[in-house]
Amino acid sequence: MKGDTVFKWVTITFAFTVLLILAVMLGGMVLESFPALKHNGWRFIAGRDWDPVQENFGALSYLYGSVVSSMLALLVAAPLSIGTALFITEILPNRIGNAVSVLIELLAAIPSVIYGLWGVLVMAPWLQSTIQPFLIARLGFTPFFQGAPYGVSMMAAVLILAIMIVPIITAISREVLLAVPQSQKEAAWGLGATRWEMIRIAVLPYARSGIMGAVILGLGRAIGETMAVTMVIGNTPNISLSLLSPAYTMPSVIANEFAETTSKLHAATLMEMGLVLLGVTLLVNILARMMIWSVAGKKWSKA
Amino acid sequence: MSLTLRRFKNHSATLLMAATTAAVLLPLALIFYHILKMGLSSISLDFFTSIPKPTGEVGGGMVNGMAGSAIMIGMASLVGIPIGVLGAIYLVEYAGPRSGTAIRFSADVLAGIPSIITGMVAYILLVAPMKGFSALAGSAALAMIMIPIVLRTTEEQLRMIPGTLREASLALGVPLWRTSLKVVLVSASKGVLTGILLAVARVAGETAPLLFTALGNQFWSSKLTEPMAALPLQIFTFAISPYEDWHRLAWAGALVLVCVMFALSLAARMAGGKRGI
Repeated sequence: MKGDTVFKWVTITFAFTVLLILAVMLGGMVLESFPALKHNGWRFIAGRDWDPVQENFGALSYLYGSVVSSMLALLVAAPLSIGTALFITEILPNRIGNAVSVLIELLAAIPSVIYGLWGVLVMAPWLQSTIQPFLIARLGFTPFFQGAPYGVSMMAAVLILAIMIVPIITAISREVLLAVPQSQKEAAWGLGATRWEMIRIAVLPYARSGIMGAVILGLGRAIGETMAVTMVIGNTPNISLSLLSPAYTMPSVIANEFAETTSKLHAATLMEMGLVLLGVTLLVNILARMMIWSVAGKKWSKA
Repeated sequence: MSLTLRRFKNHSATLLMAATTAAVLLPLALIFYHILKMGLSSISLDFFTSIPKPTGEVGGGMVNGMAGSAIMIGMASLVGIPIGVLGAIYLVEYAGPRSGTAIRFSADVLAGIPSIITGMVAYILLVAPMKGFSALAGSAALAMIMIPIVLRTTEEQLRMIPGTLREASLALGVPLWRTSLKVVLVSASKGVLTGILLAVARVAGETAPLLFTALGNQFWSSKLTEPMAALPLQIFTFAISPYEDWHRLAWAGALVLVCVMFALSLAARMAGGKRGI
């Protein structure tokens, strides 16, 4: 019985390590950002002046960059992902649908630095030489497409983020769609519905909150995404309506400045930014998980 | 509504869905195409045998990055796998509803935290007190990412083992700890291995948590208390550099990294666990 006691305590210790890590993360981030919280106050989210040397830390441009880039990416990615998920579950024959979904899940595993590499060396130059001049010529009168074509821009960040979160949203939406009971669909068929009507009246209402959860999970991923965005967004703290102008996000400024902070306060301010990021992603993730669980049951635990 | 109109709507919707699928697959196909094309034309034996050359000199490789990645992933696995697997055994064998939910919930929350935050925490815990960037801090950050993944996948696999198997072993007088390890865990070993391989694949590509922990290194380093190179970090630095020759190295590195990831994913699938990636 001695073995059992030892074993029990070893497993308890290891299991509670997870709780400990989470507690240390939250505690550490709060503690380390405390000096910054005190010094920056509301200027942190209201100010735009970011000057580590003068110890002015207004993070509004970074907040703006993060919110706009991830929201727009979601706007692009969500319809595409939902359409794809419907196509591979409801329309393609099972075999081919499964093959496509394996492919898409494989893509979800590609590291973000590789998306960034492709973004900065292939996509951004292509945007600069073709798409952006076209947009400036045709739509340059709107505030959204003004300025010079730099390639690296808010637009590039939005596109690369959309490409990155599509596999995640698609994979989860597919699981949710597969959980729709066959009887619901057959009832719609039985009433003489066409396939699209069947999808609209039987599949989508049942899967709605699960698909919303998948989309929100994608949002969480987009907000925290660091490497790919840092490589293509241009890293310039702008608040501009133009999609062509370079911008900056919270994870990117942490990535670029944290290893070389000029003062204790600078480091603490970046910690504060990390804390904001942490709070937002926690909220988004918990919300998403609850919505997915409500449809697909608790079996789903990836991401 | 006439049948013709309904049929027309049905066909347009189908066409639209097919178009979205094409729009999703196209950029992903392009990414693959470029990695293959640029990677294959840039890779050479040199890539696997030499360290990066100083700016301006042609050639060089990323062998120090590959070695550094292997060392840090190895150390992260040494810590992360036992904690994840034994923690999962606790969840299955001992946990009450409350402690079980708390641990599962924290693991899921932990898995959703952006990896750059994990890097900052490893910085607070190891880099700041030790007064320097180190491979040790990098491994710790990677381990923190691995633990929740291994824990949750292992738990799922252990739960699929029928209770009768455990009861049979206990009835023979085998103590619980031996039953857990030698009967339950061994029976679930294939699925557990799948989870472990996927966790390794996940951290193999992580860049953000290494930025201010392992930091990267242009040279060879084998000391765990000093900055160490890592393949994803090198891809990052070389990709954003202005030099054509460094871009080629980055592409070659990307090809190697993608091959490693796919090999791990394939191995995970072959190991027979039921989950995808």
